[in-house]
Amino acid sequence: MSDAPAPAIELVAISKSFGPVQANKDVSLSVAAGSIHGIVGENGAGKSTLMSILYGFYEADSGEIRVGGKPVSIRSSADAIAAGIGMVHQHFMLVEPLSVVENVVLGAEGGARLKAGISQARTELARLAQDYGLVIDPDAIVGELSVGLQQRVEILKALYRGAEILILDEPTAVLTPPEADQLFALLRALKAQGKTVILITHKLREIMDATDTVSVMRRGEMIAHVRTAETSPAALAEAMVGRRVLLRVEKAPRQRGRPVLEVAGLSVRDERGVERLSEASLTLHEGEIVGIAGVAGNGQSELLEVLAGLMQPSRGVIRLGGAILNAGDRTPSRLRRLGLMHIPEDRQRMGLVTAFPAAENTILGYHRDPSFGRGPLLSPSRIVAHALAGIEAYDVRPADPTLKTAKFSGGNQQKLVLAREIERAPKVLLVGQPTRGVDIGAIEFIHRRLIALRDAGVAILLVSVELDEVMALSDRILAMCGGRITGERQAETADEKDIGLLMAGVGEAA
Amino acid sequence: MSAAPIELPRWADIALVPLISVAASLLVAGLVVIGIGENPLLATTLLLKGALGSVEGLSFTLYYATNFIFTGLAVAVAFHAGLFNIGGEGQASVAGIVLTFACLGLAPLPGFLLVPLAILAAAAGGALYAFVPGWLQATRGSHVVITTIMFNFIAANLSVYLLVEVMRKPGSMQPESAEFARHAILTPMHILLAPLGLKLPDTPLNSAFLLALAALFAVWLLIYRSRLGYEIRTVGANPRAAAYAGISPAQITMIAMAISGALAGGLAVNEVMGVQHRLTLDFTAGYGFVGIAVALMGRGHPAGVGLAALLFGVLYQGGTELSFDQPKITRDMVVVIGGVIILFAGALEGLFRRFTAAGLALARKG
Repeated sequence: MSDAPAPAIELVAISKSFGPVQANKDVSLSVAAGSIHGIVGENGAGKSTLMSILYGFYEADSGEIRVGGKPVSIRSSADAIAAGIGMVHQHFMLVEPLSVVENVVLGAEGGARLKAGISQARTELARLAQDYGLVIDPDAIVGELSVGLQQRVEILKALYRGAEILILDEPTAVLTPPEADQLFALLRALKAQGKTVILITHKLREIMDATDTVSVMRRGEMIAHVRTAETSPAALAEAMVGRRVLLRVEKAPRQRGRPVLEVAGLSVRDERGVERLSEASLTLHEGEIVGIAGVAGNGQSELLEVLAGLMQPSRGVIRLGGAILNAGDRTPSRLRRLGLMHIPEDRQRMGLVTAFPAAENTILGYHRDPSFGRGPLLSPSRIVAHALAGIEAYDVRPADPTLKTAKFSGGNQQKLVLAREIERAPKVLLVGQPTRGVDIGAIEFIHRRLIALRDAGVAILLVSVELDEVMALSDRILAMCGGRITGERQAETADEKDIGLLMAGVGEAA
Repeated sequence: MSAAPIELPRWADIALVPLISVAASLLVAGLVVIGIGENPLLATTLLLKGALGSVEGLSFTLYYATNFIFTGLAVAVAFHAGLFNIGGEGQASVAGIVLTFACLGLAPLPGFLLVPLAILAAAAGGALYAFVPGWLQATRGSHVVITTIMFNFIAANLSVYLLVEVMRKPGSMQPESAEFARHAILTPMHILLAPLGLKLPDTPLNSAFLLALAALFAVWLLIYRSRLGYEIRTVGANPRAAAYAGISPAQITMIAMAISGALAGGLAVNEVMGVQHRLTLDFTAGYGFVGIAVALMGRGHPAGVGLAALLFGVLYQGGTELSFDQPKITRDMVVVIGGVIILFAGALEGLFRRFTAAGLALARKG
């Protein structure tokens, strides 16, 4: 290290408001060249806004950006690329039908004739493969690559454009644990070559594993900059939330009861006839949580939807409380009446009508209930009273049932869904991604509720892409890969590596 | 555009934005008036005086507004289910045909039975004719925008055929049906209000206006206060959430289209049963299409639809008076204003929302 190396990136007193909301308040950040720097914070803490300012999607109201010590003006992503900043978005910006090399040159074709650009890109890709161990077939069609490899293409795109500073936004959300390990190995290789990496994540374990320094944001402000070696997950969580949080819920041993939901040989095909769920069999008992571990898109969503009556199975039998469900029973409204409730994976697109006031969402699916009105008419006052009860019981903030649902934070929206479904005293509860996009404080609350429900004898099927969450809550864990259930483990004895292998479809026989 | 929807206070959403749209359209229309060498201020004065300056003018205004309330509500109900019903013209045409058969065929019945039955027949005719495109979309995925437009042509040609070949009064050269019996028509307003000691001029305004007011209230009750309306709004706002809630989007699509068509049938009730007292060719006269503008301006809310219908009533009646006084300004001018309002209230609404939001933010700061 030289005497006073200029930081790779320096943000000085950045402020940004959206209307009355101040997303970034006087934020300063300095990232040393050749380091891996983590940024953590709850949803809405301002991490994404800050990175969007750095990458030119937004312009700061005030403040200065310095790259390598020199002030720069970044007004578009082209400016950011010119300044040597590359970004890997959480949702990939790739053209799936095109090949790897075509995606890499996209937007940097270098002239009207494609051929020269492509051949130049080939040489460059070969060099990058050698330097960083980023091996990938340049002619592979991107849509046919695994998610982990697609992410590599995104990183290659940034490096091809000469990025010295790489920003990764929640890069492991879509990866299996082995893929995530590979990614971190790659990031270390980049660092060894002098590149600077900024890693945005809410997984504290990754911060501890991969970063050199870490910054914590809360409510638009920078709360702390620390060296990773000198902090702990608990300290970071406390800084993020502003109070002590329990990272792992405590739960009593389960009191397993009779089987309530029995599924045998269940298969589902999508509209195109592709089998998304193959021969799934499982049994859910009273008073237990069965967790489904798997990378997103491996049949968990289909399993939830077919059990909730939203898709029809192509084969297989479902029994609820011992009775076989025929086609007439497998409708959402009938299943609700039979005591099978569903907290859907995507609350904004399925669980809620975000354009409605909160009160109207607390009756979604139960709007035919006679207690909400008289005859064909609904009673607004009764709906609001009902909503207020739920809002109070689940500590939804703000406690305003007339507020448009879209204006609530992710955690509070999820609490609205939870209140609606749990309050109906389910026998079986299907839960999809209960804490996706939910802040740490609310995660703790939601986990406690689910455990309390299990202790009260409810059978819960939990689907989550967060392996930590599945491990923490479940009594039994089923792993899924490619539409199949690839293995079952008891939670007490489960090993994360072992489950990671099952999620990847290897070691199926074990 | 992927820009986030601009949030405005409710009062601005309901009143300010439509008002700005109308003002902007009048400004554009004023430029056109200047362009043809007339005084826009004088034209505006004449227009308003013609529409609101006399009891007779006001009666004509309300008669036009009756048509716009029905067609505006028809579009609004479909809107709430996420459907764009452009078939108001065709649905009203079919409603008129069914209505005429009822009025002529059920003539032996006494008035107190015949009139409600005929109105129900009109509603049923419109509902059935809108249900078919709804059914096609729900089961076959054929888009209602396309099918309702095509159904307009089918209905227009059906009307011509029936009026020329089947329903034409024997011996007449006019493509018109026989005139309805005296007890098979809706009471004109000046007769209806005469017992109250009110002396009104003889205008086309009739008791269908009261039916239109009732329809405004009924649609409000349906959309915002009923379980069915909740289902309609859920399907319109988020079909996946609707399916999750056990609501069948296909079923709601068909029901909403049928209700929409029934409301469009109100146009036939006013025109055929209340004014012409016989079925004539092209009695729909574009009211069905203007209903789209009315619904857009009223933002789908019955109160807004009522106000927008009144505005278009003023434009129609005032425009007619204006074209009498100033022959250079033809009634087409009203069509131009209507078109500009559709452009501003519908297509460019986002523009004014942005301006309004910026203006409000400025006002808050200053």
